[in-house]
Amino acid sequence: MKFDNYMILDFPSKSANEAFARSAVACFAAQLDPTLEELGDIRTAVSEAVTNCIVHAYPEKLGNITLRCRILKDNVLDIVVKDKGIGIPDIDQARRPSYTTGGADRSGMGFTIMESFMSDLEVTSAAGKGTTVHMRRRIQRRQ
Amino acid sequence: MHFTSFLEEGRLTVALTGEIDHHCAKEYIRSIAAKIEAYTPDVCILDFQEVSFVDSSGIAVVINALRNMAQIEGKLLLTGLSPQPLRVFRASGIDKIVEIREAVS
Repeated sequence: MKFDNYMILDFPSKSANEAFARSAVACFAAQLDPTLEELGDIRTAVSEAVTNCIVHAYPEKLGNITLRCRILKDNVLDIVVKDKGIGIPDIDQARRPSYTTGGADRSGMGFTIMESFMSDLEVTSAAGKGTTVHMRRRIQRRQ
Repeated sequence: MHFTSFLEEGRLTVALTGEIDHHCAKEYIRSIAAKIEAYTPDVCILDFQEVSFVDSSGIAVVINALRNMAQIEGKLLLTGLSPQPLRVFRASGIDKIVEIREAVS
């Protein structure tokens, strides 16, 4: 697939990296000249995907998270968040609003927010091998 | 995580700050619960004026505060929301179970 630009980040599943990851993607996305609302949506979706890796993929230990962003033609930002954690046994159930295997400090709304804020969302997972969240957001061209 | 709170005529105002994500959510949930338990207010106001970002962890903060207030038959209000937190709360439907006000006088 043709792309105009890309960046790849690797970092450990520490919760301090949630803010780092969403800020890094927002800086990268800035070259598409997004509105504040579009930028807020992208930051939120990235925060959800990275938090899922930290909370669910590596519940007992630190693991690696890979974040890849590309700029595709037609002003599309393509984001992949990948872990090598425990995997999601039932993706449909995980994507259901309010479903969570986390504690009382989790709302179960992560996937719902990613779905509503991004143009496309695809989740693939294999038990013991990890999960990949692939999302895209088209940035409107401003006049 | 940093916040200030004050009690006035049975109304507890908790002014949250910064970015609310999973990294700080647990601490916020615990601290707000402790304030509500200590003061048993009639109304708890979560003030988001100084909050620049929330993700779904912010929803958990609100839901937990709502539960804490329900236990003492009190009311929860949210105020001072900038566009990004408002979008997250609307996408999750939380605006249907908690009253959101532009400003609380």
